[in-house]
Amino acid sequence: MQAFTVHSGLVAPMDRANVDTDLIIPKQFLKSIKRSGFGPNLFDDLRYLDEGQPDQDNSGRPINNDFPLNAPRYNGASILLARENFGCGSSREHAPWALVDYGFRCVIAPSFADIFRSNCFKNGLLPIELSTEQVSELFDLMYASEGFSLTVDLHQQCVRRPGAQDMPFEVDSFRRDCLLNGLDDIGITLKSSEAIRAFEEQHRQRAPWVFELLEV
Amino acid sequence: MGNTLYDKLWDAHLVEQRDDGTALIYIDRQLLHEVTSPQAFEGLRLAGRQPWRLSANIAVPDHNVSTMAAERAAGLSALADPVSRIQLQTLDDNCADFQIPEIPLDDERQGIVHVMGPEQGATLPGMTIVCGDSHTSTHGALGALAHGIGTSEVEHVLATGCLIQRKMKNMRVTVDGGLGMGVTAKDIALAIIGELGTAGGTGYAIEFAGEAIKDLTLEGRMTLCNMAIEAGARAGLVAVDEVTLNYVKDKPYAPRGAQWSQAETLWSALKSDQDAVFDAEVVLAAASIEPQVTWGTSPEMVTSIGGRVPVLEDMKTDTQRNSLARALDYMGLEPGMAITDIRPDVIFIGSCTNSRIEDMRAAAAIVEGRRVAPTIKQALVVPGSGLVKAAAEREGLDKIFMAAGMEWREPGCSMCLAMNADKLAPGERCASTSNRNFEGRQGFGGRTHLVSPAMAAAAAITGHFVDVRTMGGQD
Ligand code: SF4
Repeated sequence: MQAFTVHSGLVAPMDRANVDTDLIIPKQFLKSIKRSGFGPNLFDDLRYLDEGQPDQDNSGRPINNDFPLNAPRYNGASILLARENFGCGSSREHAPWALVDYGFRCVIAPSFADIFRSNCFKNGLLPIELSTEQVSELFDLMYASEGFSLTVDLHQQCVRRPGAQDMPFEVDSFRRDCLLNGLDDIGITLKSSEAIRAFEEQHRQRAPWVFELLEV
Repeated sequence: MGNTLYDKLWDAHLVEQRDDGTALIYIDRQLLHEVTSPQAFEGLRLAGRQPWRLSANIAVPDHNVSTMAAERAAGLSALADPVSRIQLQTLDDNCADFQIPEIPLDDERQGIVHVMGPEQGATLPGMTIVCGDSHTSTHGALGALAHGIGTSEVEHVLATGCLIQRKMKNMRVTVDGGLGMGVTAKDIALAIIGELGTAGGTGYAIEFAGEAIKDLTLEGRMTLCNMAIEAGARAGLVAVDEVTLNYVKDKPYAPRGAQWSQAETLWSALKSDQDAVFDAEVVLAAASIEPQVTWGTSPEMVTSIGGRVPVLEDMKTDTQRNSLARALDYMGLEPGMAITDIRPDVIFIGSCTNSRIEDMRAAAAIVEGRRVAPTIKQALVVPGSGLVKAAAEREGLDKIFMAAGMEWREPGCSMCLAMNADKLAPGERCASTSNRNFEGRQGFGGRTHLVSPAMAAAAAITGHFVDVRTMGGQD
């Protein structure tokens, strides 16, 4: 996993509440058996005016010019500013894969759906929760000045803005450590193999049926 | 202070509590399907890892399968869409390589993963159950701790038998009293989501309790827990009682003999203590719940059949006004219009929410002896599994649907997420028994209204949403 320490980047808007993972990456792209290559189809239904297909050449497709991410001023953005309950709906990890593949390293919103949030951490994408007021303030600043950028410091747990006070944020300490060090949590869990085996022994006494192979 | 059902399930699977607040939770059962597993198996392969415990797993293809009998009979190699074919083949290959038990596509037990699991007794009370699918909350109806996970977590569970979790908070939603005639578990689910909002349950495990829940069949409880995620809660739960035990007994993978007695004792304790304290409590009166219809692009955008689409003046904040305006524009609806004036083009009866035998029966009871309205372009009935299909055919339900002008299909997720050929065309409006009405969910530009099977069937007959209680056919 790509480590995340300090990141500075251009901010782009996704200015609506309850953005679901179907909207982030529509289902036809879930047919892929890979983890990468989803970036060109991030927000596909909003970015283009037609219906996208997997493995299609997107260069000839009609562009939705009303969609902010298509505006030149947000070209190269790496921080996504969003509203309440971002990432709700389907558990598809293709959503953070698409965001990362597109170039986002961080999403800032007043709240995130649970499964999406944990999927982000597994992919080096930092979900930051700020208050509704703080997020609104950032939206205003972003709309007001082209090229609006932020610096996200995971060590210090704050969002830095030019010429104004830092905005501190909370983050799960385990997830933070994994992100800062780019750690694979399977490796971490396997260090507890003995504890898992010991648990299994007593669990087997309590519920032996759990351990029977489901023969098909 | 007593423990909640969720506390008990958590404690019984706690391997390690860490100082940072995270915990290692043991996973009894992982369900796998073709869409969210390929990258997890690839991860194992790249790291040279093997599954921790083969007996934890069972796989079944469902999301991306054809529901056409002829296409199914021709086998995987004949599947028209090459991308889907590779994905389905990859599941077969991965299961063969890692020796994961898999119910193949041509097996009668094949079905939507959340229908197959309980039906086979692969998911049981007291278990921790995960699947790379958010509607894993369904299995909480059995008194199990079940929730959806992402693909990296699928890989983590495959490799370690455990999941890294932070304990959720406890919420109880009590539905007091008895339900009115023609009102179903789906209506309870939608009414609760209307009350809580789609993020109201975020961070919670929701236990559903009260007389109306006790009165539900296990299938109805599954419909309800299925939609807990639509209220933001990863897990929904119902306490174990006679209904649960009667349902589980004699299921193919359920314990038998002496093990059954041991299980019965263990499972009978799976309920919240009298003095358990919940972090949040919500109470609804069953009598106030009427048949529900969603009008917008989020399950919380819901009202009862006698209701109207909201007007902008009803909304309190700018974000709400924007959401409403966008939803009405997408859905092609006028503010303030009566729900009964909305006319679907397509009917979809299926999905892990409502594709069990009871759902088939409820829909057939409305349809029997009637014809689908001429304005309906397509009416699909997709049973949740091969076993549901067979049971329905034994009862002659397939004939009732077909005589009415509906299509009777092979089991799968179908138009719930429209990954296969079953999808809406842009602008088409669907009365659907599935669980999500998001933009584009059932097809690019498609418009979804979530309803119960009986309500979908009633709309099929009249050509517009109608109060099912005026249609007869239910008792
Ligand atoms: S029926 Fe729909 S919600 Fe259920 S598992 Fe399939 S795609 Fe997911």
